[in-house]
Amino acid sequence: MPLQVKRLLLAFAVFIGIMLGLKYFLTPDSWREYGPYRGKALIEIADKVPKYVDMETCIMCHDSIGELKIQGLHKSIQCEICHGPGYLHVDEPEINKMKLPAGSEFCIQCHARNAARPDKIIKQVDAAEHSEGENCISCHNPHEPWL
Amino acid sequence: MDKFETLYEALANLDGFIYPNEIALNWDLLIVMYPYITGLVAGAFILASLNRVFDIKALRPTYEISLLTALAFMLVATMPLISHLGQPFRFYEMLITPHLTSAMAIFGFVYLWYLMVVLLLEIWFDYRYDMVIWSGEKKGFMRFVYRALTLWVLDTSPESRKTDEKIGYFITVVGIPSAFLLHGYVGFIFGSIKANPWWSTVMMPVIFLFSAMVSGIALVMFIYMAVNYLRRQKTDIFCLDTIAKYLFYILIIDFTLESLDQIHRIYEADESFDILKLLVRGKLFFTFFIMQIGIGTIIPLSVLGFLQFKKPRERIRKILYLIVSICVLVGIFYMRWNVVIGGQLFSKSFYGFTSYKVDLIGGIDVWLSVLWFVIPFFILAFLLWLLPPWKKAEELPHE
Ligand code: HEC
Ligand code: HEC
Ligand code: HEC
Ligand code: HEC
Repeated sequence: MPLQVKRLLLAFAVFIGIMLGLKYFLTPDSWREYGPYRGKALIEIADKVPKYVDMETCIMCHDSIGELKIQGLHKSIQCEICHGPGYLHVDEPEINKMKLPAGSEFCIQCHARNAARPDKIIKQVDAAEHSEGENCISCHNPHEPWL
Repeated sequence: MDKFETLYEALANLDGFIYPNEIALNWDLLIVMYPYITGLVAGAFILASLNRVFDIKALRPTYEISLLTALAFMLVATMPLISHLGQPFRFYEMLITPHLTSAMAIFGFVYLWYLMVVLLLEIWFDYRYDMVIWSGEKKGFMRFVYRALTLWVLDTSPESRKTDEKIGYFITVVGIPSAFLLHGYVGFIFGSIKANPWWSTVMMPVIFLFSAMVSGIALVMFIYMAVNYLRRQKTDIFCLDTIAKYLFYILIIDFTLESLDQIHRIYEADESFDILKLLVRGKLFFTFFIMQIGIGTIIPLSVLGFLQFKKPRERIRKILYLIVSICVLVGIFYMRWNVVIGGQLFSKSFYGFTSYKVDLIGGIDVWLSVLWFVIPFFILAFLLWLLPPWKKAEELPHE
C-alpha cells in the first residue's frame, strides 16, 4: 500500500477514534431513555412557565365580568385573547397590568368584512359604515356585546 | 411564536384564515441561506469533476479554484443552520447521537462524508506533491504547516504522483454521486414534507440539484474572473466560453425541470392550487417572476444563448459573462427564497396568508446571513494563498 494512503488511513482512524471518544463522553445522560431524544427534555419543557392561564383563573377575582361574559356571545373567547397573556398579572395584579385593548381597530381584527370568513360563524360588519367613526365599545360591551 | 405577545399584534400580519402555528415563520432568512450555500458547494464541485472525470480540458484553469471554492463554502454550510438553532451550542449532539429516524439528523453524516471523504481527500491528493515541494522551499512555521498538511509523507517519486492521480480520479468519480446526494438531500428535506403542497413534490431533489449546479458554476465563473482581475492576469477566454456553455446547458435543464413542475401543478390543479396561485401572483410576485424567472433565468438564458451563436469581442463577452454570473447567483438566491419563505406564507387550511418582512436594520438573521455569505470569500482567499493553484507543478504527462 502506498505510504500516503497508509498515513491517510491512520489520520482517519485517529479522527474516528476522536469521534467515538466524544460520543462516549458527551452523549447526554438521558439520551434514548424513551426514544431518540433526551428524556430530560420532557421535564424541561414541562417546567416552563405557561404564559396563558385560563378563563376560570381570571374569574376567581373578576367574578362580575365573568358572570356577564358567560351570558354573552363572547363567552367562548378566552379573556387573554383580548387582554394578552396573564401569567404575571395573576400573581401581582397591581404591578403587572393587563393590556386594555382600545379602539375599533381591535374589534375589527375579528369582525371586519372578509369574504373568506363564513358570516354564519362570525358576524361581520363594515367598520366605517357600521360605527360611523365611533368607538365600538361605546355601544357594545366587549364582555357582553349586546349590553 | 415568541414574536407576538398578543393576538392583536399577530392578527395585523395576517390575511384570511390561518392556523395559530402558522402565524410566525419559523424558518427565516438563515434557512434560505442554507440550501443556497450548500448548492454553491455542490455546483462548484460538479464543475471541477467535469474537468476531471469527463476530461474537459478547457476547464483546467478552474479546477483547483472550483475545489477550493467548494471547500470554502462547505466549511460554513452548516453555520446558517447552527446559528438558527435555539440551542446553537448543542449542535454537536447531532453527530454523537446518530439515529435513522429523522431525515435532518442524517445531514450531519451526509455533510461529514462529503467534507471529509470527498472534498478534503480530493484536494489533498491533488496538492500533495506540491505541498511537499513547498515545504522544502519554505522556512520556519510555514514549513511546519506544509509538512503537517502532507501528514509528513515526503515522497515525490513519479510513482507516488501516479498513485495520487489515480486515487484522486477515483474520489472524483465517487464525488459526483456524493455531490448529488448532498444537494439532493437538501431538496429531499423540503420535498418530503407532504403537508406542504408548495414543497411536496418528488421533483424537489432534482430541481435543487440542477439549480445548485447552475449557481455553483456561476459562482466559479465569477470567482475565476475576480481572481484573475485581482492578480492582474489574463482570463482564459476559451475557458470562460466553455464554462458559459455548460452553464447554458444546465440552466436549460434547470428551467425545464422547474417549468415541468409548475406545469404539472397547474394542470393537476388540486385543492391547494388556488392558494398557490394567489401566493405566486401576490406575495411572491416580485421574488418569483421578476427575480427568479426574469433576472435569474430569462436574462442569462438569452444572453448565453445568443453567445452560443454569435461571439462578440472578448472584452464584451467578459462583461456579459460577469453580468450573467451575478444574475444567476441572484436568481438562485431568490429561488431558494421562494421555496423556503414561500412555503410558509400560506396557510395549510388553504384560506389565508401570513407575512414575512425582512428586518433590514435590527434583524439578527439578516446580519448572520450576510456574515455567512461573506466569510467563505475570506476563507477562499486564505486557501488560495495557502494552496495557490498558479504555483502548482506541471502535471504528469497523460499516457
Ligand atoms: C388575584 C386576583 C386576580 C386575578 C386571578 C386576575 N386579576 Fe385582573 N385584576 C385584579 C386586580 C386586583 C385588578 C385591579 C388592579 C389595579 O387597578 O391596580 C385587576 C385589573 C385587571 C384589569 C384592568 C387593568 C387596568 O389597567 O385597568 C384587567 C383587564 C384584568 N385585570 C384582566 C384580567 C385577566 C384577563 C385575568 C385572567 C388572566 C385576570 N385579570 C386575573 C386581580 C386579579
Ligand atoms: C372581546 C375581547 C375581550 C374579552 C374576551 C374580554 N375582555 Fe375585558 N375588556 C375588553 C375591552 C375592549 C376592555 C376595555 C373596556 C373599556 O375601555 O371600557 C376590557 C376591559 C376589562 C377590564 C377593565 C375595565 C372594566 O370593565 O372593569 C377588566 C377587569 C376586564 N376587561 C376583565 C376581563 C376578564 C376577566 C375577561 C374574561 C372573563 C375579559 N375581560 C374578557 C375586551 C375583552
Ligand atoms: C377574537 C376575535 C374577536 C374579537 C377580538 C372580538 N370579537 Fe366579537 N365576536 C367574536 C365571536 C367568535 C362572536 C360570536 C359569534 C358571532 O355570533 O359572531 C362574537 C360576537 C360578537 C357580537 C354579536 C354578534 C351577533 O351574533 O349578534 C358583537 C356585537 C361583537 N362580537 C362585537 C365585538 C366588539 C365590539 C369587539 C371589540 C371590543 C369584538 N366583538 C371583538 C369574536 C371576536
Ligand atoms: C352607534 C352604536 C354602535 C357602534 C359604534 C358599533 N355598533 Fe355594532 N351594532 C350596533 C347595533 C345597534 C347593532 C344591531 C343592528 C345591526 O345589525 O346593525 C350592531 C350589530 C353589530 C354586529 C352584529 C351584526 C350582524 O350581522 O348581526 C357586530 C358584529 C357588530 N355590531 C360589531 C361592531 C364593531 C366591530 C364595531 C366597531 C367597529 C361596532 N359594532 C360599533 C351598534 C353599534
